[in-house]
Amino acid sequence: MDAESAAWLRDLNAGGATRDAAVARLHALLLRAARFEVGRRRPTLPHLRGDELADIATEAADDALMSVLRRLDDFRGASLFTTWAYKFALLEAAVKLRLRSWQGREVPLEPEAWAVLATATPGPPDDLEQSELLHAIETEVRDSLTAHQREVLVALALNGVPIDVLAGRLGTTRGALYKTLHDARRKLRARLGARDMLPDWLDAERRPT
Amino acid sequence: MSRPDLRQALVRLLGPAGPELTCEECFAELDRYVDVELAGEDAGAAVPGMAAHLVGCPACREDHESLRALVGADQPL
Repeated sequence: MDAESAAWLRDLNAGGATRDAAVARLHALLLRAARFEVGRRRPTLPHLRGDELADIATEAADDALMSVLRRLDDFRGASLFTTWAYKFALLEAAVKLRLRSWQGREVPLEPEAWAVLATATPGPPDDLEQSELLHAIETEVRDSLTAHQREVLVALALNGVPIDVLAGRLGTTRGALYKTLHDARRKLRARLGARDMLPDWLDAERRPT
Repeated sequence: MSRPDLRQALVRLLGPAGPELTCEECFAELDRYVDVELAGEDAGAAVPGMAAHLVGCPACREDHESLRALVGADQPL
């Protein structure tokens, strides 16, 4: 473990004034991270006032502080302590902002976007191929997936509902929903593969940005 | 809808091809992955399955982008 991370752990596990000072430094660090996340997302949240965003950042830092202090024993020095701590504040802020931005909005669970996809104008031969692929996907989504898989796939992958928002509405977790999405995608891939309909370009474009 | 948009929609529907981490595993490894990335080392080899998950999960991808940007901003030029 690097010296700076070890010092964080030592001070946070100490008692009295040393710990109090370390907790205050940690809270300042987490608040900076939460404000960073709010700042990154601010252009996409024009309906939220500045004081609302400031409150969200403060709440995120407070919640992240509790998470970090609860999990101190989990930190083994695989990264810098500050990197490890930052991720809790970024997650708290991101989740709160996603939930806030969808507050009061209906979560679309029906395949509204099929119409847009399906009417994409066929032109060159590969567009025609994609239209056939879309039709096959629509058929497999309808016939091969369970109702829950279909609902989750459509909301997350087609209608762009944030996974934390859907988890809140359905009373589940991000992890559980992603497992459902993953299983649905695997089933679709298997069905389309069996029909020799998976395009060559599909996996060549899969890079995180 | 343009062809690139259509392709992106298909990518979102069908997800990544290879093995991928779960969201919980992604969060557990995210700090190490970012520090390895920013050190210029092979993060994909250090955390197999992370890159595929970041393709398939928009929320974890956003979390990764934010952490990388924040830690990167801390580093000296």
